[in-house]
Amino acid sequence: MIKVVDLHKTFGGQAVLKGINLELETGKVTTIIGGSGSGKTVLLKHLNALLLPDRGSVLVDGKDLTKLGERALNEVRQKFGVLFQGAALLDSMTLYDNIAFPLREKTNMSENDIRKRVEERLAQVGLAGMGYKYPAEVSGGMKKRAGLARALAMEPEIVLFDEPTTGLDPLLGRSIHQLIGKMHDTFGFTGVIVSHDIPEVFKISDRIAMLANGIIEEFGTTQEFLASQNPVVRQFLQRDAEGPLAVL
Amino acid sequence: MLSLLARIGRFTLQQLAGMGRMFLFLFSAFAWTFRPPARIRLIVYHVRSIGVDSLSVVLLSGVFTGMVMGLQGYYSLRKFNAESFLGSAVALGLLRELGPVLSAFMVTGRTGSAMAAEIGSMKVTEQIDALYSMAINPIQYLVSPRIIAGLISMPLLTAIFDVVGIYGAYLVGVGLLGVSSGSYFAGMESSVVFHDVWSGLLKSVSFGLIITWVCCYKGFNAPPMATGVGQATTESVVLCFVLILVWDYFMTSIML
Repeated sequence: MIKVVDLHKTFGGQAVLKGINLELETGKVTTIIGGSGSGKTVLLKHLNALLLPDRGSVLVDGKDLTKLGERALNEVRQKFGVLFQGAALLDSMTLYDNIAFPLREKTNMSENDIRKRVEERLAQVGLAGMGYKYPAEVSGGMKKRAGLARALAMEPEIVLFDEPTTGLDPLLGRSIHQLIGKMHDTFGFTGVIVSHDIPEVFKISDRIAMLANGIIEEFGTTQEFLASQNPVVRQFLQRDAEGPLAVL
Repeated sequence: MLSLLARIGRFTLQQLAGMGRMFLFLFSAFAWTFRPPARIRLIVYHVRSIGVDSLSVVLLSGVFTGMVMGLQGYYSLRKFNAESFLGSAVALGLLRELGPVLSAFMVTGRTGSAMAAEIGSMKVTEQIDALYSMAINPIQYLVSPRIIAGLISMPLLTAIFDVVGIYGAYLVGVGLLGVSSGSYFAGMESSVVFHDVWSGLLKSVSFGLIITWVCCYKGFNAPPMATGVGQATTESVVLCFVLILVWDYFMTSIML
């Protein structure tokens, strides 16, 4: 389980997170929604200590990431897979090598076993036979798929998705959501998705957290969230420019 | 007046903090060099990209530097009827000074800028974050092998620069201007001592460190914006040139 306690983060005098408290249940998919610039990605990057808070803590299976040394932190990080917004594939490597990279670096698997694993992941994300291509040679959707395959290469317990459908057309966005849902059913990981792709993302989410004004405005199951009478939530769901949430 | 003093103080503190971060970065890169896994393949790869890929530009600049030295040296020495010292003047100038400095400039322009741009682009596109998230230390993976490769490649490139420079000057001095071939090499043999060779090569090792350190640091700290990579690249090249010249003065004054 991931537990975020009283998390504060400020950049250049601007407070982005002002006391986040959140519990992310094991095996469930939690989606963090909120407007652009609300701090969703900042919060996500705290979950595997890519960013460290000014105050507060992040507990993963009881271990406070803010207090761990490099070695212990790396052990915890190996529980995570991350799909970055732009996929963040290493552009000096082919898709195959990108997916094989964490396996070569962090396991003692033979090259034969690595090949089997990589080909399996490529097939699962619909990229069978495309492993020889470089990231610069494939489309945005294919990059996301390859990024997902890399995130799942180590069979992680927790997978973080940073705006997985941003920059994709609606059909491709839907196919990425379906893929995430399918992968979740297959691997049973704890998923955390940062997105503002509503209502599409609700279909694959068990829990929704809404981040606004630096705090979690609402948190609950998808049904509870959709039924919420919180004016900030209503404004966001109804895509209303007028309301308590400052849009511009 | 007070605000001016405050601004100067703030600027000084910022510069000192920046220098501190650069030295911590270098310390971290060295510390990670000795931690497993050994990145031998990456070191070999970067020796190739720093060394082999810079070879053509080093050869070309080396031969023309030598040719210019042959021309200038000949006309200067002729005023004193000392054309026979052309070989020693060229060799000493190249081995002690111009070889290490100019080959370092060439490597900065050819490979250092590319290094800063590549790492800067990795920073901006979250590839460095991806390495962290895979529990791989980016300093160990990206920086330490480049620094080791720089330490290996620079003296080799400098040695090549020196040799082709000497032959470039030979081509002009002996081939075009009529200096005797025997006196060209005899003068060189009598005046160049081993200290001249190794002091130049020692300089080149330190320049290799400066180039890889500065370029990796600037790339690693590229501002996360569209112009960030360009800014990091420009800053790294300018800082390398300045540091090479400043450090060259100190090394020369110590090793004379």
